[in-house]
Amino acid sequence: MIDKRYQSAADAVADVPDGASVMIGGFGEAGSPIELIHALIDQGARDLTVISNNTGSGEVGLAALLKEQRVRKVVCSFPRTANSTVFPDLYRSGKIELELVPQGTLAERIRAGGAGIPAFFTPAAVGTPLAEGKESRVFDGKEYLMERGLRADFALIKGRRADPYGNVVYSKTARNFGPIMAMAARVAVVQVSEIVEAGALDPEVVVTPGIFVSRVVEVASPMHESELVATGATYP
Amino acid sequence: MTTGEEQIGWSRDEMAQRLALDIPNGSYVNLGIGIPELVAKFVPKGRTLIYHTENGLLGMGPSPAPGTGDPELINAGKRQVTAIPGAAYFHHADSFAMIRGGHIDLCVLGAMQVAQNGDLANWSTGEPDAIPAVGGAMDLVAGVKSVYVITQHCTKTGEPKLVDRCTYPLTGRGVINRVYTDLAVVDVTRDGFRVVELAPGVDFEYVRERTGAPLLRSAPLATGQCHEHACGCDAKRRPV
Repeated sequence: MIDKRYQSAADAVADVPDGASVMIGGFGEAGSPIELIHALIDQGARDLTVISNNTGSGEVGLAALLKEQRVRKVVCSFPRTANSTVFPDLYRSGKIELELVPQGTLAERIRAGGAGIPAFFTPAAVGTPLAEGKESRVFDGKEYLMERGLRADFALIKGRRADPYGNVVYSKTARNFGPIMAMAARVAVVQVSEIVEAGALDPEVVVTPGIFVSRVVEVASPMHESELVATGATYP
Repeated sequence: MTTGEEQIGWSRDEMAQRLALDIPNGSYVNLGIGIPELVAKFVPKGRTLIYHTENGLLGMGPSPAPGTGDPELINAGKRQVTAIPGAAYFHHADSFAMIRGGHIDLCVLGAMQVAQNGDLANWSTGEPDAIPAVGGAMDLVAGVKSVYVITQHCTKTGEPKLVDRCTYPLTGRGVINRVYTDLAVVDVTRDGFRVVELAPGVDFEYVRERTGAPLLRSAPLATGQCHEHACGCDAKRRPV
């Protein structure tokens, strides 16, 4: 009997070790798994490498994890928001390392990692500072850069519904990095608003098949970053 | 103009309106953040465009009515939007497959600098304490069929944005097809910048003085915009 349900966000992240690489889903606040991130803050793991499109806003969720100085390095495409100084302050004071990756290259590195592809060639960033040190090759008269697939120890993802087998559907543009991060992580942890019984999700519309997911946890009323930031909330 | 200061050339809305005239019916279009977003307001009647936003939506609609927005339905600028009937959601690898795979017809971006060879710089000033952030711009310019820039002709301090060579870090090499500014519409050609249209009240010399690279004149130069047609054709433009 397969049952990937965990009782709480704390249980679901309890074994993340120091030094782990952690993919964190979300584009801005859409799809940001705030409850899982807060559970990771409570759990105490440090020296983490975080792979995520952004670096959070205000002082909640991902920004709070950074502010607690649990993260050694971020792999990120856009580490800047209008309403957070957490990452810029850490970066300028040399307390965090940044690997800047074009957004589509980041997505494809994660997809490739999850699909067993160690490297691929992309036209993005050719001729720019982000090409420095990268192998390039010409195919059909056009130059491409070699990029490596990315894998991680854990992924923290937000979905809409899941079943005990780990099949997941998402909500609108909160889908973003969820499906590919689930593929690329050794342990993918998905928080959803609702866990339904097996058979309740139409197999035709399942977005992430359960084979890519290790743990599902129900967070019935997830918080939204913008609402927390608007009230000046901080975590912990 | 009713403002105290004399306004020369097109306003931001007029720039966006002018660009919108040139987008063919049925195009799949990605609009960048800032002035590019204004383009959606001015699509001529009778044309249907499908907007792609790289965070995972094809068929992006306008902003939601107050109180009806969803924080999980946003655009690449992280603002709440709506989805049109017939929209589709997808994950990021699929979204950038649309971009890199040449499936998007047009993207419209802002710029810090555009060089006469089509190089674009729009993500970093390269200053040591700047927080580098690139997002999807490098993927967009590498993969979308046509890339237009919409920008003020000069910076706030009067420096030309159309230049001989970009001095800021590049977003892409030889990637820009056309530039829409407050003063003119300028094509990037093999021979360099070529003015294809001037804003009303602006003459070629005025634009040339504010451009940091040689400027070619296409003959005959047109001015103003097509008010007669919804098709964006040149037929009714007044030659200079």
